[in-house]
Amino acid sequence: MALAGKKGRRIGGGFVNWFVRIAFAVLLAFPFYWMLITSFKRTSDLYNLKFNPFIFNEPMTLAHLKLLFGETLFLRWLWNTAFAGTIVVAITLVLAVPAAYALTRLTGRWGQRVGIGIFLTYLIPPTLLFIPLSRIVASLGLQDSLWSIIVVYPSFTIPFSTWLLMGFFKSIPQELEDAAMVDGLTRFQAFVKLVIPISLSGILTVVIFSFTLVTQEFVYALTFIASAAHETVGLGVPVFLIRGDVYYWGSLMAACLIASLPIAVLYNLFLDRFIAGFTVGAVK
Amino acid sequence: MFLPAVLYVLALVGVPLILAFLYSVGDVKVGSVGYHFVGLANFRSVLESPTFRVALRNSFIFTISSQILVLVGATILALSLKKAFPGRWLLRFLILLPWVAPVSIGSIGWKWILDSLYSVINWVLIRLHLANEFSPPMWLGDPKLAMLSIILVQTWHMLPFATVIILAGWTALPKDIPEAAEVDGAGFFRRLFQIEIPMMLPIINVAVLFGIIFTFTDMTVVYILTRGGPYDTTQVLPTQAFQTGVLGSDLAEGAAISMFLVPILIVVAWLMLRSAHRAEVT
Repeated sequence: MALAGKKGRRIGGGFVNWFVRIAFAVLLAFPFYWMLITSFKRTSDLYNLKFNPFIFNEPMTLAHLKLLFGETLFLRWLWNTAFAGTIVVAITLVLAVPAAYALTRLTGRWGQRVGIGIFLTYLIPPTLLFIPLSRIVASLGLQDSLWSIIVVYPSFTIPFSTWLLMGFFKSIPQELEDAAMVDGLTRFQAFVKLVIPISLSGILTVVIFSFTLVTQEFVYALTFIASAAHETVGLGVPVFLIRGDVYYWGSLMAACLIASLPIAVLYNLFLDRFIAGFTVGAVK
Repeated sequence: MFLPAVLYVLALVGVPLILAFLYSVGDVKVGSVGYHFVGLANFRSVLESPTFRVALRNSFIFTISSQILVLVGATILALSLKKAFPGRWLLRFLILLPWVAPVSIGSIGWKWILDSLYSVINWVLIRLHLANEFSPPMWLGDPKLAMLSIILVQTWHMLPFATVIILAGWTALPKDIPEAAEVDGAGFFRRLFQIEIPMMLPIINVAVLFGIIFTFTDMTVVYILTRGGPYDTTQVLPTQAFQTGVLGSDLAEGAAISMFLVPILIVVAWLMLRSAHRAEVT
């Protein structure tokens, strides 16, 4: 009897679990389904209030995609994002990898302290700094240029990457490098030939996250860049794809979908490591 | 070897941070030269502005209500995802979309869903006879509904992040104590509220603290959905600072508004350090 009761509860729990999972998945993913269906609907289908909006009432169309790629700066924004992202990633790696290594190997409590200090700077938000930074950017002659964000973005990708990498480097035993140095390698050689190959997966994680942070940032790009041709996707689509009060919803939603899916896939692959960066200390 | 990184960050975070403070007690405008110390004059004029008071209040409402919703939703969702099940990767992908897609782009998706004329929500409400066909709800045009909309969209954006953090904590939790409690006859809710959730508190803390920072200091959702409107009723501190300091070219007053973010940041940073320190000691 007790056994049956328990089994019944398990099945019930399974049903409740599935209900919760599916309900949340539908709520959370709905806007992306909406982007998808809007992208391929004819304009006459989109704007007829009598039609059921959840399905295609008229044949699908590629007109919105044609408009997006043919008559807007969308491709330019994709290119700008890739370009800025690549350079920001390069700057981040060059500065954060040695910094994280040095801080991990620094003896005493200072390494830890500087590490925590670097992590705390990640918490200082763009909305506190954008006003003075807009002047700094102007005095560097970078206003309204893609280079303004290329220079500024590492200020938040470096802290987070250093913090993530410190976790990776800590897991490499010091003895390994000591042994290599006994064998005649300098510390720098030991770092390049031993530490970097072992922590390649950590470095790859940093590459992905620095790149996604670049695509997701909005406030700095909005503040520093005024002309449509110099925007990234994250800003160009929501701000410049709207002409006056006219929203080209079909093309707009197609742009949203194209801009978000690749990043979402990449991010998913590396998510567990990213979360580890936030929960260091709280989870062991 | 960490000096270049530290210098880079100091130059682009430390220096503007000090400048922001100096601007807030000075008389800087776009194009102006020279600098005069004006004490707390900017803060006084900011505090006297009714728009600012609305923004300050909205910032707290926006942050607190969205974070409560996130916390409750994320705990329930994480609970349902704890055990392995078929199709987990697909469900995880769908659930994570709001966090991993650029938030500016997710928000524009919502702008279309909440459109004044073609809102799909209204279409459903009208079919269910919950809304009037001739005066449907103006999700972004009515002050109360606009506030509700930005809170819900921010919740939508932050929920996956809190869920994965809580889930990571749950997976790392030692299994023996809840199991022992089950053997001793403790039911599901008793185990949940008296054993598992208390054991999870440090990790829930992390999720909440990051959630507060990312919500209190961000302006993307509000800027895209309402730009602070209608009539400044959904203005929050960051959008107000942007409006004043960047669009309105009053750097000093904009910086003063931003400075109101600092106390919250300090409290949250202090709480984080304390919980990190505690984890280190134990």
